[in-house]
Amino acid sequence: MEAFTQAVSILDATLRLATPLILAALAGLFAERSGVVDIGLEGKMLAAAFAAATTAAVTGSPWIGLGAGIIVSVLLALLHGFACITHRGDHVVSGVAINTVVAGLAPTLGNAWFRQGGQTPTLEAEARFTGIDLPFAEALADVPVLGPIYSDLISGHNILVYVAIAAVPLVAFVLYRTRFGLRMRAVGENPAAVDTAGISVTWLRYRALIVGGALCGIAGAYLSTAHNASFVRDMTAGKGYLALAALIFAKWRPVPVLLTCLLFGFLDATEARLRGVELPLIGAIPGEFIQALPYILTVVLLAGFVGRAIPPRAIGTPYVKER
Amino acid sequence: MIRALFVTAVAAAVSLPAAFAQEISPAVVFDMGGKFDRSFNEGIYNGIERFREQTGIEYDEFEVTNETQREQALRRMARAGHDIIIAVGFAQAPAVEAVAAEFPDVNFTLIDSVVDLPNVQSVIFKEQEGSFLVGIMAAMASETGSVGFVGGMDIPLIRAFACGYEQGVHWVDPEMEVIQNMTGTTPAAWSDPTRGGELARSQFDRGADVVFAAAGASGLGSLQAAADDGYLSIGVDSNQNHLHPGSVLTSMLKRVDLAAYNAFMDSLEGTWQPGVINLGVAEEGVGVAIDENNWALLTPEMINAVNSATIAIINGEIEVVDYRADNSCPE
Repeated sequence: MEAFTQAVSILDATLRLATPLILAALAGLFAERSGVVDIGLEGKMLAAAFAAATTAAVTGSPWIGLGAGIIVSVLLALLHGFACITHRGDHVVSGVAINTVVAGLAPTLGNAWFRQGGQTPTLEAEARFTGIDLPFAEALADVPVLGPIYSDLISGHNILVYVAIAAVPLVAFVLYRTRFGLRMRAVGENPAAVDTAGISVTWLRYRALIVGGALCGIAGAYLSTAHNASFVRDMTAGKGYLALAALIFAKWRPVPVLLTCLLFGFLDATEARLRGVELPLIGAIPGEFIQALPYILTVVLLAGFVGRAIPPRAIGTPYVKER
Repeated sequence: MIRALFVTAVAAAVSLPAAFAQEISPAVVFDMGGKFDRSFNEGIYNGIERFREQTGIEYDEFEVTNETQREQALRRMARAGHDIIIAVGFAQAPAVEAVAAEFPDVNFTLIDSVVDLPNVQSVIFKEQEGSFLVGIMAAMASETGSVGFVGGMDIPLIRAFACGYEQGVHWVDPEMEVIQNMTGTTPAAWSDPTRGGELARSQFDRGADVVFAAAGASGLGSLQAAADDGYLSIGVDSNQNHLHPGSVLTSMLKRVDLAAYNAFMDSLEGTWQPGVINLGVAEEGVGVAIDENNWALLTPEMINAVNSATIAIINGEIEVVDYRADNSCPE
């Protein structure tokens, strides 16, 4: 029973840790399936985290904070688009520039506004997304096995966790069952064909970036107004890059993105719990190894040892209309 | 030539009245995080503000925002003719070592690390003693028989916090379990509240009900997690009791404000001495924070235990082992 309780708590932490990864990886999926490299996920998430925490601190409403996070993230996505779609600049350079600018700008603005060393004020409970109890969670808590799974694992998360999970089937539907999704996939593989059909490559890619920016904004708001209660310098701590690794590991498909992010979240959750604990047969696993595992797995996949990760064919190449 | 003369004349005109108005010209170089970090740097700021209010002597200041600025900032302050410069934080030690050698007439006070030069005063703290005291309080507040520790970057300083804490807990109850986690092995470990919060939650899941966070901004996540889930937490460096009243049991105070205030005041009075100053419980350099925000959480037994341990540490009956002495913690 002790092991079962531990398992539930690890899976509970997995959901919390995977949420920003899922949202950011889906954001990257939109950009990359349309042919735009999105290494700026980290910066957009950090900017959204800052905007959301700042706005929520001033207005006292997490929803207005979420809105501000989404707006800022979308604006940065448009900037990225302006650089590499309209002006055909290098996608990686533009993305890294966004990461660098935000990493410096956010704490500087924060220090100027709040005078707390670049942090934003700690949010009160009303200004955050706090856990919501699903119906019957209380009543079912005592049912053996299923009770804890429902009331501890499934219920009690904040709304953004459920948004992230719900986003996966939604994104899959948009990608595979709508006209926009079909055209977006086409523009990432063969933009010339889309152009021949009389559809604007530029506008399609911009729309993909806007959707991605919005998802990334939710991920950032989750970090600063749901999972934590303030913005802290560099608080994304590499989650944008981890999301990108998850996207590649999932071969740019929505449902595998969910599973990969859950796996990465699970590794993170177990690392915290397994540090210094002697396991039977294996002994103590160094925490650094578990932390590095997502990247190792991605590299192994990219090297072609386990299956193959084939990126969208037109990714990273600006589209030039033939004259 | 004419211009140079003019500059000299202006400089003389500006500096002459100033020289009469104040006897010393102090300066401070804050470290990353800035002077309003609600923690270490802010403690320094409070100390020198107190000095400024009492004496009316203004000080020059610089906030380092980039690793490479430390040495430049110190050199600029030394060149500007300041006679006492406070360098905040262990990361400034190499910069102080370089600049202090270049300016033998300028006095430097380095906080939190040691540089052995004739014009450098190094102020360090016996963190293990303060951690011992909060360990006592954690052990007495715990109902589950298990308490947690979330450290920042895995360095000897943080190990000293953990080790003192563990000794304090075991002084109350040798059977009590202390679960320890560090947020990382790189400087990024100081600014990852998500990780700090998750580590605290993992310790709660494993049975701990009090967590001591010595992890910079990452620790704010641990305090938040304790407040959200209804457990107790312990803050660090400055008084963090007000962050979550009713959930922060106490804070382990490191009186950097006192160190900074003394550095300026001693310079003014001419009693400033180079060398190592090691501030412990006896010098009131470390201690526990008790105020209206945590008053309701404390019991008379807890306060008595802390007081008697404080006395015992001062008169040597309890010797708290410093992890940094030989990089090991007694079992």
